[in-house]
Amino acid sequence: MEGRLSRRLIRFFRDDRVLRIAGQSAFVLAAAVFVAWLVGNLNDALDARGLTLSFSFLQRTAGFAITQGPGMARTESFWRAYQVGVLNSLNVVLAGLVLTTLIGLLAGVALLSPNWLLRNTVRVYVEVMRNTPLLVQLFFIYFGVVLTLPSLQDRIELGPLILSQRGVWVPRPVPQPGFAVWAMLSAVAVVVAGLIYTRRQRRRRRTGEVTRPALWAGAVLIGVPLAAWLVLPHAPLTLENPTLEGLRMVGGLRLAPEYFALLVGLVLYTGAFIADIVRAGILAVPHGQREAARSLGLSETSVMRLVVLPQSMRVVIPPLINQYLNLAKNSSLAIGIGYLDLYAISQIIFNQSGQAVQVIALLMATYLTLSLLISMLMNWVNRRMATPGR
Amino acid sequence: MNRSRMWMAVALIGLGLAACQPAEPVIVTQEVRVVETQEVEVQVQVPVEFRMESERLAAVMARGRLICGVNTSVPGFGYLDADGQNVGFDIDFCRALAAAIFGDPTAVDFRAVTAAERFTALQTNEIDVLIRNTTWTFSRDVELGTDFGPTTFYDGQGMMVRRDSGFTSLADMDGATICVLAGTTTELNLADTFNALGLDYDALVLDTGDATSAAYDAGRCDGLTSDRSQLAGLRTGLANPADHVILLEVMSKEPLGPVWAHGDQQWGDVVTWVVNALIIAEEKGITQANVEATAASDPQDPEVRRLLGIEGEFGTILGLEPDFVIDVILAVGNYGEIYERHLGPAGTDIPRAGTLNALWSDGGLIYAPPWR
Repeated sequence: MEGRLSRRLIRFFRDDRVLRIAGQSAFVLAAAVFVAWLVGNLNDALDARGLTLSFSFLQRTAGFAITQGPGMARTESFWRAYQVGVLNSLNVVLAGLVLTTLIGLLAGVALLSPNWLLRNTVRVYVEVMRNTPLLVQLFFIYFGVVLTLPSLQDRIELGPLILSQRGVWVPRPVPQPGFAVWAMLSAVAVVVAGLIYTRRQRRRRRTGEVTRPALWAGAVLIGVPLAAWLVLPHAPLTLENPTLEGLRMVGGLRLAPEYFALLVGLVLYTGAFIADIVRAGILAVPHGQREAARSLGLSETSVMRLVVLPQSMRVVIPPLINQYLNLAKNSSLAIGIGYLDLYAISQIIFNQSGQAVQVIALLMATYLTLSLLISMLMNWVNRRMATPGR
Repeated sequence: MNRSRMWMAVALIGLGLAACQPAEPVIVTQEVRVVETQEVEVQVQVPVEFRMESERLAAVMARGRLICGVNTSVPGFGYLDADGQNVGFDIDFCRALAAAIFGDPTAVDFRAVTAAERFTALQTNEIDVLIRNTTWTFSRDVELGTDFGPTTFYDGQGMMVRRDSGFTSLADMDGATICVLAGTTTELNLADTFNALGLDYDALVLDTGDATSAAYDAGRCDGLTSDRSQLAGLRTGLANPADHVILLEVMSKEPLGPVWAHGDQQWGDVVTWVVNALIIAEEKGITQANVEATAASDPQDPEVRRLLGIEGEFGTILGLEPDFVIDVILAVGNYGEIYERHLGPAGTDIPRAGTLNALWSDGGLIYAPPWR
């Protein structure tokens, strides 16, 4: 009897399914215990200090003012401060994504250029940027370049552009009475130009005629607003130049030095990585494709634009997503050079409110959301770009 | 669970300290008469025990060295000099205390503590006393289990500006950009003050002191705000210190002084009266140079006689040598000399005359109760 039982037990424990289920349950149990221990530890520590895990402190008056981006007054709430942080971060991340893609694409193509000087200059840029820490680059750009510009009193004026260590100013367009009419006409022109472009493009594909879609669409796009501008009695927009009043410039559009330094730093750093990704993507397209395109009589630009780049996108996009996420996360280095992004403001909030756990949780949730959104968007693009299965 | 463990640890440490005690505690029994309002006179005998000696003082004496929690990065107050020695205004108070206890100003170990860990260091007995530009506030005094000694420096938030900017007061600074350290009370005081004055400003908020002064030095800001004591120190690090002035206005109250763990009043008395001795010495004109001569010359002033241990048992009552004040003054000089050495024109140059840090007899707030 006993022998049979033990044999059955042995057989039971040597069963693959049993082992698998037992192993997984043990792991889940261990993970649950670990998490429970962490939470318990946190609760004990909070109890000992008489703190609670409530987010209601976000409604309290912040007491500090923010003068960057949308800004806020001293009497507004911590929640408002958090919102300003999110907006400031989005501002630099979105602009950064667009610019870094452009820089990366251009530099990537240049890395393969037959021009020796161009190729090697870009190679130096890529290697220097990729192999030094971003924080060091940001300090260099902020303290070593931007802050060494002259003061407001001795500002550099390049035509309408004003450069100083307090910021970069350009004239601000101010809408005048006729602006609504002009804007409406221009909007119509955009739609019409789009229609003309697609119809002419389609006709060319169908019949092979030379229809010049870009030329026609461009003519409408520029011609209509220009004509409207000239016909209207007043110019629909005038430019407001910044002027120095007391200690600050009044009017015009200002690019804050901290924002400028952070944006340039992020764009140049991430752009170097993207350049190498683009270079690798182009090299991944079989050489035969290029030769075939050339033998069809396409110009070098057309070979690149119509044959090589679309195919390299499949290789480029997955690592590109990583670089986009890096840019979004690296934007939190803003705190080092005084740009009040989400992380910098969160740090102020938890120093002033003492609610570190909640603020960090909120901060992580926000960055996670931002990263997942970028990731989702890029995955969608990736699916669109993928070669249809054959 | 955690709390009980902590109490056990405290009890164990207490036992350890008690074992070091050389003498029996003096127990004084007092008769307290309570008169109730209902015209019934009730006599209650309440035995009140005064522990006339300090466990902490005994522990320090047994150890042979004082452990002082200090700053190592504020020029003038507590920093490391070129030879790696701790020097500064706060440091000299540590040395004065060591001189009072051991007659030797070098019998002190300096423990560098950050702003965040300084109170924990006191609570866990890591350090005997904290002299690290620490502001006396309600919550620190009441909630954190710490006690504050006499204020040694009346600090307050100030504003540094360029000499050629033409600013003479905060009211001139409408529209200015101000550099400020992130997440500090300084940031809140700045918002409050400028709001109260109805002034518009831009804040450049940076996360380290170095970055803040670098941005100010580069001209990114019109003003740099911090505690006045720190501003004076920061100014010495700027490219051209003479080009900058600290405005006279003070935006907050920051009384700085020595701090010890709550619960050992006798130890607190030692710290308090060493500081008071330095102040009285300045009042009476007793200096590092003349203290020995003064003591030997049989002075007439009764308070000087009591201070220097010629008359009375004041040192013995504290648990120290009768003439400990002579050792203290010999080691570091009087309050005014300490100030002059570190914060005077030769140091970080924080003007004293006409400010709260002048002696009370000169219109300031530096004042010690009588030595009797």
